[in-house]
Amino acid sequence: MKNKIFVTISFVLFAFCFAVFYLGLQKPNIYTPKLDKQIELPNFAGNDFFSGEKVISDNLLKKNSYYIINIWASWCIPCRAEHSFLMALKNKNFNLLGINYKDNNSNAQSFLNELGNPYSKILSDKNGVTSIELGAYGVPETFIVNKEKKIIKKIIGPINNENFNEILELIK
Amino acid sequence: MKKLIFFITFFIFLSNNYLLAVDKPSELENKIFKNLRCLICQGQSIYDSQSDFAESMKIVVRKNLETGMSEKDIYQFMKKNYGEWVLYNPEINKGTYLLWSLPIILFVIGGAIIIRKLGVFKK
Amino acid sequence: MTFNFIGNYSVIISLFLSFAIFFRTIFRLKNLNELIKIDLKKLIFFQFFFILVSFICLLILFINSEFSNITVYYNSHTTKPFFYKVSGLWGNHEGSLLLWLLILTLINFLYFSKSYNRSTKERLLTVIFQQIIIFGFTAFLIFTSNPFNEIFPSPKEGLGLNPILQDPLLAIHPPILYLGYVSTSIIFSSALSSLVMGNVNSKWASHIKNWILCSWIFLTGGILLGSIWAYYELGWGGFWFWDPVENISLMPWISLTALLHCILVLEKRSSLGSWSIILCISTFTLSVCGTFLVRSGILNSVHTFANDPERGLYILIFLFFIIFLSLILYFFYEDKLNFSNKSFGLITKESHILINNWFLMYFLSVILIGTIYPIFLEVISNQRISVGPPFFNKLIIPFLIPFLIFMSLGPNLGWLSSKKIEKKIILLTFFIINLFLSFFILKIIGKVKLLTLLLLAANFYLFFTTVKDFLKKGYKNFSQTVSHLGFSLLILSIILNAIFSKEIIANLKVGEGLSFENNQIIFKKIETSSGPNFEKIVGVFIIKDKKKIDTKFMPEVRIYNQPEVITSEAFIKTSIFKDRFLVINPVKDKTYFNVRYQEKPLMVWIWISTILIIIGGCINFLRNEK
Repeated sequence: MKNKIFVTISFVLFAFCFAVFYLGLQKPNIYTPKLDKQIELPNFAGNDFFSGEKVISDNLLKKNSYYIINIWASWCIPCRAEHSFLMALKNKNFNLLGINYKDNNSNAQSFLNELGNPYSKILSDKNGVTSIELGAYGVPETFIVNKEKKIIKKIIGPINNENFNEILELIK
Repeated sequence: MKKLIFFITFFIFLSNNYLLAVDKPSELENKIFKNLRCLICQGQSIYDSQSDFAESMKIVVRKNLETGMSEKDIYQFMKKNYGEWVLYNPEINKGTYLLWSLPIILFVIGGAIIIRKLGVFKK
Repeated sequence: MTFNFIGNYSVIISLFLSFAIFFRTIFRLKNLNELIKIDLKKLIFFQFFFILVSFICLLILFINSEFSNITVYYNSHTTKPFFYKVSGLWGNHEGSLLLWLLILTLINFLYFSKSYNRSTKERLLTVIFQQIIIFGFTAFLIFTSNPFNEIFPSPKEGLGLNPILQDPLLAIHPPILYLGYVSTSIIFSSALSSLVMGNVNSKWASHIKNWILCSWIFLTGGILLGSIWAYYELGWGGFWFWDPVENISLMPWISLTALLHCILVLEKRSSLGSWSIILCISTFTLSVCGTFLVRSGILNSVHTFANDPERGLYILIFLFFIIFLSLILYFFYEDKLNFSNKSFGLITKESHILINNWFLMYFLSVILIGTIYPIFLEVISNQRISVGPPFFNKLIIPFLIPFLIFMSLGPNLGWLSSKKIEKKIILLTFFIINLFLSFFILKIIGKVKLLTLLLLAANFYLFFTTVKDFLKKGYKNFSQTVSHLGFSLLILSIILNAIFSKEIIANLKVGEGLSFENNQIIFKKIETSSGPNFEKIVGVFIIKDKKKIDTKFMPEVRIYNQPEVITSEAFIKTSIFKDRFLVINPVKDKTYFNVRYQEKPLMVWIWISTILIIIGGCINFLRNEK
């Protein structure tokens, strides 16, 4: 009797392990941070891209307004691709904040001259600290912040058509 | 059996006595670096990784230490930004109770089997 | 072209041979009473021979850099040194699987020709189990990872081998490790067949013991090589990262070590039979499980392997088939293992081995759970966590203390059970002396922690009792003495290394310097030169130590051209007491270098003590062979 229980348990365990490994194989092994609930926008600091003044997030972000925070760099090729979407988002009913990630100022300047400047404000992030404080993964990355200063969406990688419509949907 | 339980609690107590004493600030820094996992080179801690991302992360950790954040605060901060995955030392929560306790449970079961086998309590 | 063709078809022939042997053996088993000589030896030899042929074909393709072969194209390059063209063969998934098969069939052949003293039925059964394994891996090679695929038109140049793998130690690491892994398959098949035969006894134990030892020696050696490589190539002075891939190699080793101790009891006293069988099965299962976890890419690790979920699925099914088979056989034939159920008593050889196994199984379970728990958690609750060094350290290190103490008491059982109270007192005072010794050592450096103190004391205890045993008993248990001494030295050097390691990290320009604990580190200049398939930047450093002695350090940064990868080669000055380790890394804008200087005490002793452990195994092996 005791033996039978033991046998059953081992076969159940066996089947369970198989199922878990099988399902585990279907999942990606690379980790990308996902936003499963709205989180408070962390405090961050950086220098103004043009004036070089120090800016902290508390002073920068006003209440009751949507923000889109976009991390970009002139050396990043996908950023070029998503730029047209950002331009299309310019002058809507929210603020577009750019964070220039580990970039050379003059290169970034010519990037903007060439493709246009959609941002209402740009912080320059020379050593990557600002983006880490924000919880960003790399460039390009886009955060959507609602009126309560909560991050409601993170887009890792360039914005595409689908994301674009989603953004417009979110900040109506 | 009582002895066995005592024995185990003693060792669990011991395990919180870290092997590496942390005296100097630079040692604390390294300890934190070793406990944070890099998101770019995903198999490495930011201490071992040479990626840009890890370098920036190190700067942030240093900066936070300077502003007086404790080790725990920094882990919380990183966890909030990047999820539990970045911590190499898994926190004890609903998902990890089993992780921490299962080896100990197995150890106790093994001990019970051996005690029976050795016939310690049979006269 | 021709070699591709020959190689491809010899593997297929080998697969068919596997079929042939399998059915022939089953046929033979049915008509056993005919008492004919078994003529399987030739077939088994040919199976090995054809794999050897295809291996040689692939080798020739690699040496001739024939890029029409896709494996060669992805992993070789004409400018690569000859040695790495050869080792490039197993520096990738397909080729390494072929090497695995080669060793598997070779060992199968060796076993078959050396096991003539066993009963015919047992040999036939072993052949059947072996053929299942060989068939599984051959089919895996052919259907999911054929090394002989071609590309047309054939490219002019290959993509090159990952430079991090272009290293002499890493070139010999896989063959050695595989010898260890693959021999566990023999242990597995032999255990299953003797289980079915119902002859798990001391005769079987002495028969399989040498295979266990052999496998254990190679596995230990393989892990050592990998560790040394990680130390100077990958690591920042670390040699063990508790990375999944490393854990996976450690698990069969622990299981095998437990088995090694058990089999001695089975041989001498005919007990612990069913536990030994379980260990035989679990060792091989853990090896295959390791293959699954590594090759499927279900875990992510520093040691990157090409991943493919389809391959993962294949090995997963194969792995669970093997586990299923062994479970069924075990439960079905368990009654045949009629070992007496009487208890061993507290102070006997059996009890000592059981306690040793108890701890080893605990360490194994910590590592196993720590490695696969994240997969389970993700599947079940979508929560993603990392389990890293702190987890393993916390759960393993404290338990090392009683483990070490039991390890020292084990060979002294005679003393413990003796009626004379003085002998017990000697053992106790011995421990107290060691406790004081460790306390003083720690006091001097001012790092007294209870855990470290006890660990150090337990370790010294093991060390001195082993030395005492040697002086008392001489060469009687020489292999055990050597291995145990090696183990205590290993733990001792790891602890002291962890406590005393010092390091400094800074960004420096040429001409700059920094001071570090009475040392002056000066960055003199950089020189550039080129190697066979890389350019190198050599940083010239002068380090002045306390006694004002200058030492020149020349760490390198290598820029490989195919594929374009930058690697850092550490410069290590090794001495008996400490390693001085300097490594540089270019910082993004190239004017600064990230400089890391470390002093790692007793580093070389970690390697020496592991070699000592291996030597212990070798001594035992040679004694048995006589």
